[in-house]
Amino acid sequence: MKILVLIGNVPDTTTKVKFNADKTAFDANGVQWIINPWDELALTRALELKETADSCIESIVVANVGRVETESTLRKALAVGADEAIRVDADPKDAFYVASQLAQVAIGFDLIFAGIEASDYNGAAVGGMLAELLAIQSVSAVSGIQLENGSLKINREIDGGSQTLAMNLPLLAIVQKGIAKEPRIPAMRGIMMARSKKLTVATPIEVEPLTSILSFELPAPKASCKLVAEDQAKELIRLLHEEAKVL
Amino acid sequence: MNFDLSEEHKMIRETVREFAEREIKPVAQELDEKAEFSYPLTKRMGELGLFGMYLPEKYGGQGSDILSYIIAVEEIARIDGSQAATLAAHNSLGIGPLYYFGTDEQRMKYLPQLCSGEALWSFGLTEPGAGSDSRGSKTTVELINKEWVINGSKIFITNGASDISVGSTVQAVSTMPDGSKTFTTIIVESNTPGFKRVSMHNKMMWRASDTAELFFDDCRVPEENLLGTVGQGSKIMLATLDAGRLSIAAMGLGAAQGAYELALSYAKERKQFGQPISKFQINAFKLADMAMKIELARNLLYKACWLKDEGRAYGLEAAMSKLYCSEIAKEVADEAVQIHGGYGLMKDYAVERFYRDQRLLQIGEGTSEIQRLVISRHIGC
Ligand SMILES: Cc1cc2nc3c(=O)[nH]c(=O)nc-3n(C[C@H](O)[C@H](O)[C@H](O)COP(=O)(O)OP(=O)(O)OC[C@H]3O[C@@H](n4cnc5c(N)ncnc54)[C@H](O)[C@@H]3O)c2cc1C
Repeated sequence: MKILVLIGNVPDTTTKVKFNADKTAFDANGVQWIINPWDELALTRALELKETADSCIESIVVANVGRVETESTLRKALAVGADEAIRVDADPKDAFYVASQLAQVAIGFDLIFAGIEASDYNGAAVGGMLAELLAIQSVSAVSGIQLENGSLKINREIDGGSQTLAMNLPLLAIVQKGIAKEPRIPAMRGIMMARSKKLTVATPIEVEPLTSILSFELPAPKASCKLVAEDQAKELIRLLHEEAKVL
Repeated sequence: MNFDLSEEHKMIRETVREFAEREIKPVAQELDEKAEFSYPLTKRMGELGLFGMYLPEKYGGQGSDILSYIIAVEEIARIDGSQAATLAAHNSLGIGPLYYFGTDEQRMKYLPQLCSGEALWSFGLTEPGAGSDSRGSKTTVELINKEWVINGSKIFITNGASDISVGSTVQAVSTMPDGSKTFTTIIVESNTPGFKRVSMHNKMMWRASDTAELFFDDCRVPEENLLGTVGQGSKIMLATLDAGRLSIAAMGLGAAQGAYELALSYAKERKQFGQPISKFQINAFKLADMAMKIELARNLLYKACWLKDEGRAYGLEAAMSKLYCSEIAKEVADEAVQIHGGYGLMKDYAVERFYRDQRLLQIGEGTSEIQRLVISRHIGC
């Protein structure tokens, strides 16, 4: 059995977001890139499944759509334990474009993991689109996955409870946090070995993105905070009425 | 010329940083306060492959270069001096001499276990009467009936007495057949009769690291426990200290980086006179000076590592790096406390620990004065 884990290359979650002068693109200058946190957890779970005693998983492949700069993110996935990597050499223009590119390389896998969203544009669309393009079933908001004797058990957190499903392969699982406890820290051996693992660069196919970006806006800066002394309840109510106008 | 770190070096930095932040940072203050050596963290450092990183895989190492190892020490020291001490001493003083001077048999016997983090090894050079002047050593070793018999004592030996310290490389005075005195290095396992190890308590710094006194009272080890050859002791010591200086330098650099980051973020948060204290020029300039010193220290140290990795002479640069990195660690930690004001003197603020921990770095493995002596000899004074 072969697992594919989609790996988004996203700015570190502490990045100070800036845009270019005409506000049509993210300014990537000086940004530290990481594996999309959901994808990192998905990879962690895939590795755990592979390591269980009766595992029937032969290999875990990771894939992304991105330029050569994203290879360090893929190498990190290899250092953590993925067996090989595929990079489709293109700018990830939008969800449909990315899903279409991935559909070319996501063939022959029994189980595919996609993060529920990516922490950069939070589009939450690639996983579902890819399943459609591959014409395989998918299940979203997966927070647990067990593999026993070749059959899959899936847990989903739903409003007010949780749901357990039995699913057949092939399957694309769109995972949320909870799928694994904590991402792994690669060992030095893994980092050394990552260098010699296979990383295939695939040529992108011709496909038009479905969206184009008009502009980006930063959220309005937080208004300054007014402190009201604890014995001044009346003043607080007056401010809420007259200044904040929320009452 | 190229100042870029390789992809692998960057990944090692990120990985060790993540480990230090996730697993060491939350417990560092408590371990320091209780002066508790951490077996779980030592084990984790072993699992991650931080021990014996630069050794071939055959001995349980990772086959990395020296720079990778130095980056790892720097990143641990950025968070905690004590864990960095355990790591650096075990690698440079414990594993180093066994690897560089051991026979293949000795290497295979000890190194795999030492690289795994299950066991620690120490280097016993300093004595109560022989610190900077290590040639003043009084500990003796004599070959009697195919056994080395050791008598004497050692002091301040890092990783010498923990529950997992399985042995020590000991330098002692031996007498050549012609009656002349020379230095010889012997491998002594912890469970050898006549070998006593006592933990030293109440340190001001590196409180969560293990420091020991070693006592040898007619301690007998088999003849094959000779490391290198008879009379090679000085050479082993000098080579070990050259390499060790790089890791002390890395601890200085990491400590400076850690203290600087604490000061910078505090200065941006703390408001007085209606604005962040980082806006007052005197503080801003202090922080600018810190950043510059750290940059210089890093360039100097990485160059020394590069020389060693290239197989070139690096003794001069190692001494300069040790001296400079440890001295700027002192300056940066001192100003970082100043920027914290009264809070910088409270144990709730990590900067206080950095202020204490850096103080060893100008003393251990050759004091600042001795480094200046080494440098001045290199430049022909
Ligand atoms: C926490 C800790 C861990 C240590 N770990 C180890 C270890 O693992 N293994 C080990 O072997 N040792 C270890 N040491 C010992 C350390 O290397 C020595 O403390 C150091 O070499 C200085 O020796 P000393 O303390 O005897 O000081 P001294 O040599 O007595 O020096 C006192 C002062 O005199 C100055 N001085 C001495 N000679 C000269 C000179 N010729 N010119 C100018 N000034 C001079 C020194 O610079 C210093 O300022 C450790 C020490 C500590 C505190």
